[in-house]
Amino acid sequence: MTLVYALAYLLAAVLFILGLRQLSSPKTARNGNFTAAAGMVIALGATVPQLHFTGAGAVIILLGVVIGAAIGTIGARQVKMTQIPQMVALFNGAGGGAAALVAVAELVKFGSHPPLTEALPSVFSIVIGSVSFAGSLIAFAKLQELMTGTPITYPGQQLVNGLIAAAIIGFVIAVVAIASIPFSFLSLMVLALILGVAFVLPIGGADMPVVISLLNAFTGLAVAASGFTLNNFALIVAGTLVGASGSLLTKLMSDAMGRSLGNVLFGAFGKVQAAAGAAAGKEGRTVRTGSVEDLATLLAYSRLVIIVPGYGLAVAQAQHAVRELADLLEKRGVEVNYAIHPVAGRMPGHMNVLLAEANVPYEQLKEMDEINDEFKNADVVLVVGANDVVNPAARNTPGSPIYGMPILNADQAKNIVFMKRSMRPGFAGIDNDLLYDPKTIMLFGDAKDSLTKLVNAVKAA
Amino acid sequence: MNSELLNEFTFFVLAVFVGIEVISKVPTMLHTPLMSGTNAIHGIILVGALVIAAGASSPVTIIIGLLAVVLATTNVVGGFVVTDRMLEMFKGRQTTRTQEPVKPK
Repeated sequence: MTLVYALAYLLAAVLFILGLRQLSSPKTARNGNFTAAAGMVIALGATVPQLHFTGAGAVIILLGVVIGAAIGTIGARQVKMTQIPQMVALFNGAGGGAAALVAVAELVKFGSHPPLTEALPSVFSIVIGSVSFAGSLIAFAKLQELMTGTPITYPGQQLVNGLIAAAIIGFVIAVVAIASIPFSFLSLMVLALILGVAFVLPIGGADMPVVISLLNAFTGLAVAASGFTLNNFALIVAGTLVGASGSLLTKLMSDAMGRSLGNVLFGAFGKVQAAAGAAAGKEGRTVRTGSVEDLATLLAYSRLVIIVPGYGLAVAQAQHAVRELADLLEKRGVEVNYAIHPVAGRMPGHMNVLLAEANVPYEQLKEMDEINDEFKNADVVLVVGANDVVNPAARNTPGSPIYGMPILNADQAKNIVFMKRSMRPGFAGIDNDLLYDPKTIMLFGDAKDSLTKLVNAVKAA
Repeated sequence: MNSELLNEFTFFVLAVFVGIEVISKVPTMLHTPLMSGTNAIHGIILVGALVIAAGASSPVTIIIGLLAVVLATTNVVGGFVVTDRMLEMFKGRQTTRTQEPVKPK
């Protein structure tokens, strides 16, 4: 029978790999998720008959699965599309916590003198799983705006974080080599939880998707380590797959922002003051606001209009209004395109998802490289709730935190219309010179309101 | 190093290469769904949680086991459902494409 179980785990591993490959291509992505889920069902199905239940064990498993499935389903079904990144963070934290607890339970079983081959992966799983758990909760709090999204820094922060890490290494040695300290792995867990919090605090809210991806890879590694402890093939392979692909994905994500991973994780130190100082010198400049009627005329008599959507569009749920405006303009013979920055919104692909929901034709969604040369031909660029992705500071200001990030060339258009709620800087917390450009017209207010007014005005124009 | 550990280590190293290779060509717009999908896959820790929970007998192991099963199940179920919700949107776009092939310009 053990052969059957082993083959089932192998099948599950193959399905995970196929699922990941399908998830990497738009045509097959949804099937890929099903493929991976099938792998999960098979792995779980092969596990249950192998278990030796105690009475209490059977009860807590039933209870735990029911509670967990309810939380997972309700959470995933109820969450708004704008809040999906923080939901993923929560689920990832849950996995990290579970991996740490599994390792703790194994260590408890071995008592005071676990063999090295058990102790080493266990403490690894406890540390990494706990960091992932605590870090994910902070990422959730930042994105949900339960706490400030700006980086939290204080003098000597790196030293403090270094000391926590050193203390963890000390405890690891104690647990592995001496192992007779009572509750030593409990202290280890607490320290790792603190490190998880301290690690994410200095990272800005705009960088959270990268952090969540990194913590996702961490959880994968913690799961793989738990697999070594339990001698479980399925855990090792699936956890390692996630750890490896998650690490690569994290790198791809920071590449899309034009930054190194190191800059994302540790870039906040010392840079915040510099950016604030630069912004202070720009007080007293004027911005131009326009009436809805003027803007409607401008849009209606354009040849090419490029729409740049951002997080503001997502928050205002303005995707249907923006499509209505685009349809109206097209009826008048205006060519309308959407310029999708790789990191527009709060997660890569956010804008594609929202605009797809509003049935915006796929052909009109242009990726950055595809459309950047078109901006100079555009009569109007309509920036709806975006900011950092069109900020010329990324090109011109070497000291800026976003310097080097590829941006949309909105500044090359003949007219730029900004729909914003206020002059507040974007999520990266830096001032945008483009707002003060003589070619720029501001339209303040909620993106959906403004768009609806524009739609009515274009109808009248 | 015993042979079982050596086997496990072999799987580990091979899985590292497969994991990197298999997603290396992912387009930007799929980054978040892919992150969410891998997030669901590491919910496999539920297998581990079941193993430790099944044998729980003392109060400490019962509490740890229950917590681990709840967290791991949340990870698996929530992970797959939320990924599907994201990808549902992409599918919607493709059906739109076939239903309304040419938009009048």
